[in-house]
Amino acid sequence: MEATNVAAHAPSAQPDTEISQPSLLARQSVRRLLSGSAVYVILTVLGIVCLIPLAWMLSTSLKATGEVFIWPPKWIPDELLWNNFTRVFTTIPFARYIWNTLTIVAWSIIGNVLSCSIVAFGFARLRFPGRNFWFGVLIATLMIPGTVLTIPTFILFKELGWYDTYLPLIVPTFFGAPFFIFLMRQYMLTIPLELDDAARIDGANWWQILTQVILPLCKPPLTIIVVFTFMGSWNDLMGPLIYLSDPDKYTVAIGLAMFKSATMAARTDWPALMAGSLMSILPAMVIYYFAQKYLIGGIASVGLKG
Amino acid sequence: MAGNVLMPDASPIRRMFGRARGRSLATQEAIAGYLFVLPWLAGLLIFIVGPIIASLVLSFTHWDIVNPPEWAGLYNYERIFTKDQDFIQAIKVTFTYAALTIPLGLAAGLGLSLLLNQKLRGMNFYRTLFYLPSILPAVAVTLLWVWMFNSDFGIINWVLSLFGLEGPHWFQSPRWVLPGLTIMSLWGVGGGAVIYLAGLQNINPQLYEAAEIDGASPWARFWRITLPLLSPTIFFQLVMSLIGTLQSFVTTFVAFGGLATPGGPMRSALFYMLYLYVKSFREFRMGYGSALAWILAVMILVLTLIVFGTSKRWVFYEAQK
Repeated sequence: MEATNVAAHAPSAQPDTEISQPSLLARQSVRRLLSGSAVYVILTVLGIVCLIPLAWMLSTSLKATGEVFIWPPKWIPDELLWNNFTRVFTTIPFARYIWNTLTIVAWSIIGNVLSCSIVAFGFARLRFPGRNFWFGVLIATLMIPGTVLTIPTFILFKELGWYDTYLPLIVPTFFGAPFFIFLMRQYMLTIPLELDDAARIDGANWWQILTQVILPLCKPPLTIIVVFTFMGSWNDLMGPLIYLSDPDKYTVAIGLAMFKSATMAARTDWPALMAGSLMSILPAMVIYYFAQKYLIGGIASVGLKG
Repeated sequence: MAGNVLMPDASPIRRMFGRARGRSLATQEAIAGYLFVLPWLAGLLIFIVGPIIASLVLSFTHWDIVNPPEWAGLYNYERIFTKDQDFIQAIKVTFTYAALTIPLGLAAGLGLSLLLNQKLRGMNFYRTLFYLPSILPAVAVTLLWVWMFNSDFGIINWVLSLFGLEGPHWFQSPRWVLPGLTIMSLWGVGGGAVIYLAGLQNINPQLYEAAEIDGASPWARFWRITLPLLSPTIFFQLVMSLIGTLQSFVTTFVAFGGLATPGGPMRSALFYMLYLYVKSFREFRMGYGSALAWILAVMILVLTLIVFGTSKRWVFYEAQK
């Protein structure tokens, strides 16, 4: 692609320098090679810096409690203490936290997938008066600072008797998240409208068009919604912090945060804390590994449109 | 309840199609359109418009949730602006942090994306590597960095000691808290870099080829082509990081949210949201908290509008040219 363009430009621009062309190209390719290896060196150094924190986390999680308070720090523990990981489950109800979090995550995924598909379909495939206005409103809500919503929403859910339940963390997902609706609508716009017309002629109603024609074609945005919802709910701290008071209902995020303040009184149990942290980041890493193609593309597309 | 929420549109649409033979197709479609966006419209009313109005009203009251709210007039605002030292401290901390992290984050993200945009083998591997930290759970990431910044046994001061430097006390020192948090925020810079990268890859390569033939230096190509064409992406990132940074919460809560001393050493990490959380959900002063929330929201709004206002001068949209 690049080569053809150069070829197309060169003769018309300066036909009489064609003889010196090869040496120019050679000099350029040498320069490219040099700058290429410079890029590799920089990226590799940065990459190592980027990985050091994770290596340190793993290293700490395998140390004896006394071994972390040594100067200079040891990277490889004398003995790999895998029971730091089991200790997390015995000191705090970590298994229960995981289960609680997964419950919230599962419901939130159902909520977001359903509501965002439905709303995005309305914005992308149906014509109705005021559509552009409402879509503008939807984009504007992306920029509302959540700060002003926290207190009244808390009061609303408390009045409904939902305090100390998972409902405040789950129910809002059934009303659609602007960011996901936006992503989904953008994707649906790329699907030819003729498909809808053909289905209409065959007697399908809008609901059937959504579920049987459009959604099967929307796997990339659906993947993004599932993955981001998973990560959002898994990582959320503010929600569980405000709405959950019974420690048995804690999620992984708040459980870990509380575990830290609990151990802060005495000497911090860093090996157990790092073991717990490591376990809490594993789902994100696994999902990221499998879905990175969709994830990176999805985030980037939003940046471009904004 | 759950059934209704799950599929609000299914049955009404079927019914409508059953009996709406008399209406024109356009009207049918319009009604269907509104039914489809109804969940979001309802959510907009319940979770956004309602709460915004409610919090404005609440900000003029005293309310501890247990007893009925009492009208307070402008008392909360007056107190915040004239007597509340913690408010001033929270503003200082939050804006200093924003002034440190936003420009650094934008520049570092952009620089990294330029490196990743080289047409070389293995770039996908590096892209994956640098993006990873930005998706990790904030609680775990904060715990990790608190431990890394530990001044006696942490890895950061160990690295500094390799260069013969004596590391500061970081999160125990009022002077080093914010620089420490800024360094920590740079770990997540790959998230922004990926967005810039997509912007870079959207730039027509022929522009660079034409410039190269005209003898433009790499430096000139960066300033005359890359930067202008990337300005919409930079603008988007600037607005989003402004809104996000001023509302930082998780890191400061995990690292400095302890019951005894919220806000770290000498309240040097008393971020606005942490202060707001303490007032609202530990002291249960909902009226005061609402006033604080509104002040922050207005500040964010004004700053966003300023950024939008200046954007005509520096953001370049190809389509308008």
